[in-house]
Amino acid sequence: MLQLVLFNLFNGLIIGAFYVLLALGLSMILNLSNVINFAHGNFLALGGYFAYVLIPYIGFWPALIVSPLLTAVLGLIIERTMIRRIYGRDPIYSLLLTFGLAFMIQDACRYIWGVNGLPLTTPASISQPLSQEFFFLTGYRLFVVGIVIIAVAGLFAFLRYSRMGMRIRAGVLDLDTVSALGINVRLLRSLNFAGGIFLAGLAGVLAGGQIGLNPNMGDSLLLPSFIAIIIGGMGSLVGTLLGGLLIGVAAAITTMFYASASDTIIYVIMALVLLVRPRGLLGEEGML
Amino acid sequence: MSVTAAGAVDTARSADRRWLVLAAIWLVLIAAPLWMPLIGGYTSLGTRILVLGLAATALNFLIGFTGVVSFGHAAYFGLGVYGAGLVLRYLAPSTPLAIVAGILLGGVIGTIVGALIARQRGIYFAMVTIAFEQIFYYIGYKWDAVTGGFDGLRGFQRQPIHLGAFVLDIQKNDLAFYYFVLFIFALVVGLMGFLLRSPFGRTLLAIRENERRARFLGISVNRHIWLAFSISSFLIAAAGALYALLNDFADPSSLYFDLSGDLVIMAVLGGIRNFWGPLLGAAVFEVLQDYISSQTVNWLFFIGLVFVIVVMFFPRGLLGFFHRRRQT
Amino acid sequence: MVHGKPSGRLGRRRVLKLGAALGAAGTVQVTSPFIVKALGEQPIKFGFIDPLTGSLSLLAVSEVQGARYAIEEINSKGGILGRQAELLVEDSANDVGTGVEKIRKLIDKDQVNVTYGDVNSAIAYAVSQVATQKGILHIVPGGHTDPITGKDCAWNVFRVCNTTAMDANAISSLLMKKFGKRWYFLTPDYAYGHTLQAAFIKNLTAAGGTYEAELLPIAASDFSASLIKARAFKPDVLLNNMGGLAQIDCMKQYVQFGLDKEMALGGALYECEEVVAVPTAAQAGWWVMEWWWDQPGVPHVKAFADAIVAKYKKPCSARHWFGYVGIQSARLAMEQTKSLKAIDLAHALAGMELPPEVALQPGKVYYRAGDHELMPNVFTGEVHPPAASDPYNFFKVAELVPADRADPLASTGCHMTFPS
Repeated sequence: MLQLVLFNLFNGLIIGAFYVLLALGLSMILNLSNVINFAHGNFLALGGYFAYVLIPYIGFWPALIVSPLLTAVLGLIIERTMIRRIYGRDPIYSLLLTFGLAFMIQDACRYIWGVNGLPLTTPASISQPLSQEFFFLTGYRLFVVGIVIIAVAGLFAFLRYSRMGMRIRAGVLDLDTVSALGINVRLLRSLNFAGGIFLAGLAGVLAGGQIGLNPNMGDSLLLPSFIAIIIGGMGSLVGTLLGGLLIGVAAAITTMFYASASDTIIYVIMALVLLVRPRGLLGEEGML
Repeated sequence: MSVTAAGAVDTARSADRRWLVLAAIWLVLIAAPLWMPLIGGYTSLGTRILVLGLAATALNFLIGFTGVVSFGHAAYFGLGVYGAGLVLRYLAPSTPLAIVAGILLGGVIGTIVGALIARQRGIYFAMVTIAFEQIFYYIGYKWDAVTGGFDGLRGFQRQPIHLGAFVLDIQKNDLAFYYFVLFIFALVVGLMGFLLRSPFGRTLLAIRENERRARFLGISVNRHIWLAFSISSFLIAAAGALYALLNDFADPSSLYFDLSGDLVIMAVLGGIRNFWGPLLGAAVFEVLQDYISSQTVNWLFFIGLVFVIVVMFFPRGLLGFFHRRRQT
Repeated sequence: MVHGKPSGRLGRRRVLKLGAALGAAGTVQVTSPFIVKALGEQPIKFGFIDPLTGSLSLLAVSEVQGARYAIEEINSKGGILGRQAELLVEDSANDVGTGVEKIRKLIDKDQVNVTYGDVNSAIAYAVSQVATQKGILHIVPGGHTDPITGKDCAWNVFRVCNTTAMDANAISSLLMKKFGKRWYFLTPDYAYGHTLQAAFIKNLTAAGGTYEAELLPIAASDFSASLIKARAFKPDVLLNNMGGLAQIDCMKQYVQFGLDKEMALGGALYECEEVVAVPTAAQAGWWVMEWWWDQPGVPHVKAFADAIVAKYKKPCSARHWFGYVGIQSARLAMEQTKSLKAIDLAHALAGMELPPEVALQPGKVYYRAGDHELMPNVFTGEVHPPAASDPYNFFKVAELVPADRADPLASTGCHMTFPS
């Protein structure tokens, strides 16, 4: 029994790591641009499909970097042509826009790659369980966790130590002042948006290797990622990190005892957290 | 001519115009069964638009006129659906009773939830409404013995309305049902309009425009938001009860997040600052889906495209556009 | 279809044109009753509702393809009662309200003669009720929830696909014989899963077996926690009762965790559309196919399967057969009664035995009069990775179990009554 609980704890952390990756990208965009990106899960799917197309030509490892980059470029184009036009308007319009984008991308994926699931081939070197005992720690899942740790560490270092990162953090706190100081806010937002989409694309390649690709693959991940942000508290990337891990573990432990509620438990947790701490675990000021 | 006199003439003119617009809207709705077939519609599509339009309008009481976004209002819509369905299925074959039960179930639970969450703001508010919605979805889905679970509750039918000697057969006659729904729609929308014009409604607008200032004026903001949430739950539950009658079926997807999202989209599409915007949004959304999805399996793409175009070229929704043009 | 060619209007227009051309050429036959003759130039309309978008679309698409093929075949042979057949397809979008609206549209606006749908059992449940209220013949090609032909059966509703009891009873003894009597269930938490699992458990406990069961959300996508639990139980067989994408996801994770070396796979449905989407290590276990294309020596089957493969470039599945049988059954009833009235058609279909070119399998295949459930054979057998030369051949039939033996009428709970 104890062993089972420990297994599920670890397993939950692995699941949670995945939410973290998606939630961080969402959170970046939400914090700086005040845009709720409902198309984030569809950018994730795009990242996976790009990898599917690229792997036969360039192999898995390059595709792991190139596909998210392509997704980010697409995100940049969309930001420059569409998202930009709703900055400063009531955030509810970003909802209509990103819902529309979500529908369009999802249907485009269906049209191009079909409704049936497609497999994403991962290198044999990371596809096996590592040990008989800890069978759920497959090489691939540990690899995913490793990538998430690198991405998170990279993102935090970037925000803390690079000039650009400091500007982004400042912009989250007070965009007007940053703008008044002569910093190009438009460029800042564009790059920040592209960065968030890059993380979504990366998550897409990783998810594709685990469960394969289908046009709706991002749907079931999107809402839990939002919840991770909210539980952690908006504006705090550390909070997002905590929130993602928390819901992953909660879902896994719930599966042990009452599996059919494993979807619902994360909503219950969110409701409880917000009733006790209206701004989430580490959040400060609400927006929208 | 003095400035005030000119202002009075202007006000009179705009009042005239408002009555004209209102008369036109009701004329269009009353005549819908006549003109809808001409553009490829049919009566039950009109009924569906009215029901979903009512739901989006009720949700807009909160979004457009109080300034808080609920992303979980399908919960109270869905409870309205189940309230009506359960009464018809288990209690009594009475349409009015079913509607009342639906309104009460959705409204009362909405009021309780509202009390818990009224101090939340912004995206936290939206997310906590989703949380409660998913919990009700889970109950509807899990409580097999009563709700029929995922497969839904069937085996009930809307019943003819008895008005003394006269019987309105809304069960067999789709046209009669359309006008019955239109009648309820008019009652609910009329009530909502009345509330918005009352001092209470003005207070809500004040909160929407500037919450801090409203607070300084001594308005208890949280209580007003709670009341607005409660009222909007009662109103949307009425739409839910009609939805149960429309489909003669209740199932958990009417409690699901996707429907909440659709309702918000309808409101924003039509224009949240306009009383009639959500109805127009619902009509556009439903007609587009009905029409395009018969043409191509890729209808989702085109609906998405319409959303994007509306955001780009109609910055305040479809009716917001007309509103602005009229002003300039 | 899969690649999104316009499905509704274009096809319809083409069929209309074809019908007009045939009418002009004077090929309309003259022996049918007055009512049919008077409407001679108007096609007979089949209204089909299925979730072409959403998580069940991979199954829905195959059903519509099968139906479309049936319509083309009918028209190439001169139509029905001298009239062309027309297929109108509507997307239920995997949503009950939308499905109900679409069936109303088909009945009220398009005036279809027969309605079909839906893969999603909740929608099948709801739209069949609408059809009953409107007095239209309704055929459920592939929605599995039992009450449709059980306690909520109706005179106008027929079903092609099997009930849960039929599938579970047909495979249970094979699973015990092959692997053992210690089972672990992964079951979707709704009526379909509950009844399916109950039927399995009844058979297993009667034979003295033991089990542990886990009810999961229908659209679960991460199964790691469940599989950890399953492995701790050390079962002989893992019964994966999930459906659609959930089943595929579950199979993938089962392989990634190396569980294929520790426990066998088995259960009721493992549909073609799903088997082709999983890694080879998960193409295993003993399962039920509700129809299978490789039946050497059985007449007409190969021609049908080859035609579907040639037309749609994918394996011919049970879903294709559902759609095909649904359309052809209605045609048979129309030709037999020379009528389009639902009540006549329903009387004709009740007890009707399908001819070999429609049944596409050996033995007597008929609509059981007592519950309007089609009684085909349940194909039990083993799923295996296909050979490179024949990529669609991944199932070896062990036994054909006649459905009426697997699920006797007395246990369905249906009391069929026709309006007088």
